[in-house]
Amino acid sequence: MEPYLAVVIGLLVAAAVYLMTDRHMVRMLFGVALLGTAVNLVVFVSGDVLRGLPPLIAVDATTPNGEVANALPQALVLTAIVIGFGLFSFALALVFKTAQRFGTADVDQLGAAEPTADSKFSPVDGSKDGAAERKRAA
Amino acid sequence: MTWLVVAPILFPLLGAILAALLGRRRVLARGVAVAVCIGMTVSAVALLVQVWNHGMVTMAVGNWAAPFGIVLAADHLSAVLTVITGITGLAVAVYAVADIDRLREARGYHALFLVLLAGVNGAFLTGDLFNLYVWFEVMLIASFGMVALGRTRAELDGAMRYLALNIVATLMFLLAIALLFGSTGTLNLAHLHVIVSSGQAEGAVLAAGLLLAVAFGMKAAVFPLFFWLPASYHTPAFAVSAIFAGLLTKVGVYALIRVFTLVFADQDGFVQTLFWPVAAATMVVGVLGAASQTEIRKILSFHIVSQIGYMLVGLALLTPIAVTAAVFYLIHHIVVKANLFLVAGVIHRYCRTNDLALTGGLVRRAPWLAVLFLVPALSLAGIPPLSGFWAKLLIVQASLDAADLAMAAVALVVGLFTIFSMIKIWNEAFWKAPPDGAVAVTPSRRDLRFLCAPVAMLAVLTICVGLGAGPAFDLAQRASAELLDPRSYARAILGDFMVLTSNEPLGAPR
Repeated sequence: MEPYLAVVIGLLVAAAVYLMTDRHMVRMLFGVALLGTAVNLVVFVSGDVLRGLPPLIAVDATTPNGEVANALPQALVLTAIVIGFGLFSFALALVFKTAQRFGTADVDQLGAAEPTADSKFSPVDGSKDGAAERKRAA
Repeated sequence: MTWLVVAPILFPLLGAILAALLGRRRVLARGVAVAVCIGMTVSAVALLVQVWNHGMVTMAVGNWAAPFGIVLAADHLSAVLTVITGITGLAVAVYAVADIDRLREARGYHALFLVLLAGVNGAFLTGDLFNLYVWFEVMLIASFGMVALGRTRAELDGAMRYLALNIVATLMFLLAIALLFGSTGTLNLAHLHVIVSSGQAEGAVLAAGLLLAVAFGMKAAVFPLFFWLPASYHTPAFAVSAIFAGLLTKVGVYALIRVFTLVFADQDGFVQTLFWPVAAATMVVGVLGAASQTEIRKILSFHIVSQIGYMLVGLALLTPIAVTAAVFYLIHHIVVKANLFLVAGVIHRYCRTNDLALTGGLVRRAPWLAVLFLVPALSLAGIPPLSGFWAKLLIVQASLDAADLAMAAVALVVGLFTIFSMIKIWNEAFWKAPPDGAVAVTPSRRDLRFLCAPVAMLAVLTICVGLGAGPAFDLAQRASAELLDPRSYARAILGDFMVLTSNEPLGAPR
């Protein structure tokens, strides 16, 4: 089972890296989400993958009978999935808000925090535009 | 007395719930934040006193004994960092009363701030790798919220940059956890030390170590992983960037120090080889980046990067004096850096901008502010008798003791450039005549009181650490002795379990 999962993880990481290099923030985020899935699978594999062998101990025994999978990584994966889901939804909301505000989700065109020669928007500090923005926010 | 070790986490968590419930009752929420920070500081001081007098304080959460359950542990390093977190948190909480606007407060600034502090303290106090990951995430989600709170364009853009790289860093951390668990079967840091150093681990332990270095290095903003920091720290509200600048990267440094002195302690030269070039390059690149900037918070952000390099000298040399220097630097840096960002906020109040080209004349308009700026600025640059002087002296001393002239030279030259940057801010913002078209406003007396009290408090603290460097040095020395003796750390946490599993005889009585 593990070799197949290793291939799957490899493919997921490859796809994730490809997506993360994209200039569009939504694609970049999907790349991050895919990478998260790949890492979760690694955690899952670290506790052995065995079919139909629950880690249960008989009433009169102190150790499980025969080989069983470690249940801890599965609990860890659950935690990681929940956390990852929270982060991902926050990030999506942030991208949505940014796209609404700027009219674009292309990182090259944003540049309000680190303006370059060809970015469309001026920085907050020291510009009239920024002062107006702050006033509006307050 | 084991409850002392949870108190610095519980106070801010309960406070966060309370602040969230208070919602739009802003004055009450501010009161909660300040009160929680005071309570947190007091409990952290009590914890430090306990650790100082009686050694490490540990607690098995839910009474599940280590290494099976999660364990919280406070040694000197953890305890003193929670104290500093409390003090910095208090300063920022007071500052926020005048700095955070109505809108940001309504969106839950105070609750997020307290969650952030809980995450920071949790990361300092946990003795379990996965639990550390969880505290990192707690910190991360709170900081995401805080960095985007105002929803101005710069804030949103800065938040995006901050978020993308930090999520990747935590994923690297999780991947390292999976590899370590797969090869050792444990997540308890002390138990990891026992298994890894006895060579019982199978598989890619050092690969996991490298992943951890990348993950924590990204958090700590070391070369070459620091780009997110100067891209985002100058955009949020000043109180927010001050608490970030003071604490967040330092949690990364703490995690690096903890993991690489404990889990990867006996890997002959692995840690030193890995961190020597990183430390030197971080110092140099950070300070050069700062030299090319003209916005106060951007200059300060690059200086965070540069100073992180100094702290990593502890890991690059790994001698007792080097680790002592790193701990001393950590304590000094949190206070000073948070303070400088707070001062940047006051300058912004007077000039409506942080762009050095548009500021000036502050030494006439606000002479006391000039003094309040000079104290942390000179401390950062390493002028005696302030705390930064001793911190830098210890770093240079450690390099010379290790016969590492190159590192000593780098540290000294970077120190010179730091003075250059601080003088640049002084000249442009305070000394020169205001340029044409400069805005000159005077904040209200009420605002000034709330803005300057915390700045003055932190300034007094740096002076105190500078003049009373003896006790601070003793503390750093004890922390360093503990860090370089991972067996005792493991014995304190694992207790009887260690006797059962360890092959080698345990010399000292338990």
